[in-house]
Amino acid sequence: MDANPNAATAVSSAAMADAMLPRRFHVARKRNETADTLTFDLAPADTSDGFSFAPGQFNMLYLFGLGEVPISISGDAEQTDRLVHTVRLVGSVTDGFADLKRGDTIGVRGPYGAGWPMDECNGGDVLVIAGGLGLAPLRPAMYHLFNHRDHYRRVSILYGARSPADIVYHDEIQRWRQQLDINVEVTVDHADLRWHGNVGVITPLVAKAEFDPANTTALVCGPGIMMRFVAATLERRGLASDRIYVSLERNMRCAIAHCGHCQLGPHFVCKDGPVLSHDRVRDILQIAQV
Amino acid sequence: MDGLGRIVAEHPFFAGLDLPFRELIAGCAKNVRFEAGDYIFREGADANAFYLLRDGRAALEISSGEGPMVTFQTLDPGQILGASWLVPPYKWDFDARAIDRVRAISLDAVCLRTKCEENHDLGWDLMKRFVPELSARMQAARLQLLDIYGRKS
Ligand SMILES: Cc1cc2nc3c(=O)[nH]c(=O)nc-3n(C[C@H](O)[C@H](O)[C@H](O)COP(=O)(O)OP(=O)(O)OC[C@H]3O[C@@H](n4cnc5c(N)ncnc54)[C@H](O)[C@@H]3O)c2cc1C
Repeated sequence: MDANPNAATAVSSAAMADAMLPRRFHVARKRNETADTLTFDLAPADTSDGFSFAPGQFNMLYLFGLGEVPISISGDAEQTDRLVHTVRLVGSVTDGFADLKRGDTIGVRGPYGAGWPMDECNGGDVLVIAGGLGLAPLRPAMYHLFNHRDHYRRVSILYGARSPADIVYHDEIQRWRQQLDINVEVTVDHADLRWHGNVGVITPLVAKAEFDPANTTALVCGPGIMMRFVAATLERRGLASDRIYVSLERNMRCAIAHCGHCQLGPHFVCKDGPVLSHDRVRDILQIAQV
Repeated sequence: MDGLGRIVAEHPFFAGLDLPFRELIAGCAKNVRFEAGDYIFREGADANAFYLLRDGRAALEISSGEGPMVTFQTLDPGQILGASWLVPPYKWDFDARAIDRVRAISLDAVCLRTKCEENHDLGWDLMKRFVPELSARMQAARLQLLDIYGRKS
């Protein structure tokens, strides 16, 4: 047995220091999604080692001189040579992403957190329900569903955005819609007369989606209020609360369950989440900041 | 039951409607059709009907002041269009336009209001169908008002 009672702390401090060390990545590609949202492809700067992650996990992205922010991974987990992140410019660090150019370097720590329960989706119907930028953390789950389409029964993607101009991954959604074995529905809160698609909130789409409540998993990500109403609609349709998964994009700092910044009741969102089943977070979803 | 009565009864809004009520309602009903782009009704005009959508989608539009018209809701077949026929002064609050070719049953407002006055059981049955619709739309309007996707979060 170790005689030094501080040894465990010393080891965990070293492990923590390691976990806090970012890897350097180059910006390989940058594209505009909407007026305030950008998507970046990042390639490792120092090694040719790939980057493995599970759908729903996030990285801490570090902009030198500005700071670090948690951002979900939005690319395909089966393409390990490139990391894809979609960032909405909302404040002091994320605004800095606007100035990044091809070839610039950023720091990446991760991947962190518990992702979407893809295994649990096997053999059943899957509902992917996204609001606004909530589509970013769900996109890796969708790639997984497409790559392994024969593992699932009906797959529906329901997406709500503020207006047609706020739809992210526009061209890709058009391609998804052309797939015959996937149901894709998009709605916007308001539109001008050039838009011929659905207008209205997302809950009616959820109310009429086709699924077998006894054998369905729902993956939901969007603003807290949206997730709350979507979960309530799904429960009214007979889906059990523990088959509804939501992603809580809570403010966080260390990302390794150390600082407590993202603690919500018993859960550290960075480690236990961000993806958690609705029965575990029902009360938390009522809290304003989520 | 004649053709219109059957169509009324088969519309989801009137699911489970009693036979005598079907006949009363069918007495106020007629088939209508609008081509894509046609207005079904205009803001400020008399709300002299409400519609059971059968085929094609409709858009509800409102002027955003100085700016262009804004669509705030689209309706699918199986839904109903219009509630202003129930509320004095019976004027439409927005425009409704056919997105595709729309086929619908139009229910005459004066005819229906008169029958509801004469037969409160019919009126109460209609209220029980309308109020959940109105409540769902109010909830939706609240969420739209909150601009949940637009907030910096
Ligand atoms: C697990 C996780 C995954 C995320 N994935 C993405 C993603 O894929 N793309 C993306 O653009 N953003 C994502 N976010 C949100 C992103 O981390 C924040 O927008 C970012 O940290 C804001 O930092 P800032 O310095 O630019 O803004 P600040 O100047 O710190 O804040 C600007 C405003 O945003 C609010 N804010 C900041 N962070 C959050 C947050 N996490 N939740 C709610 N409000 C917040 C602040 O209260 C303030 O009003 C994710 C967050 C988490 C926790």
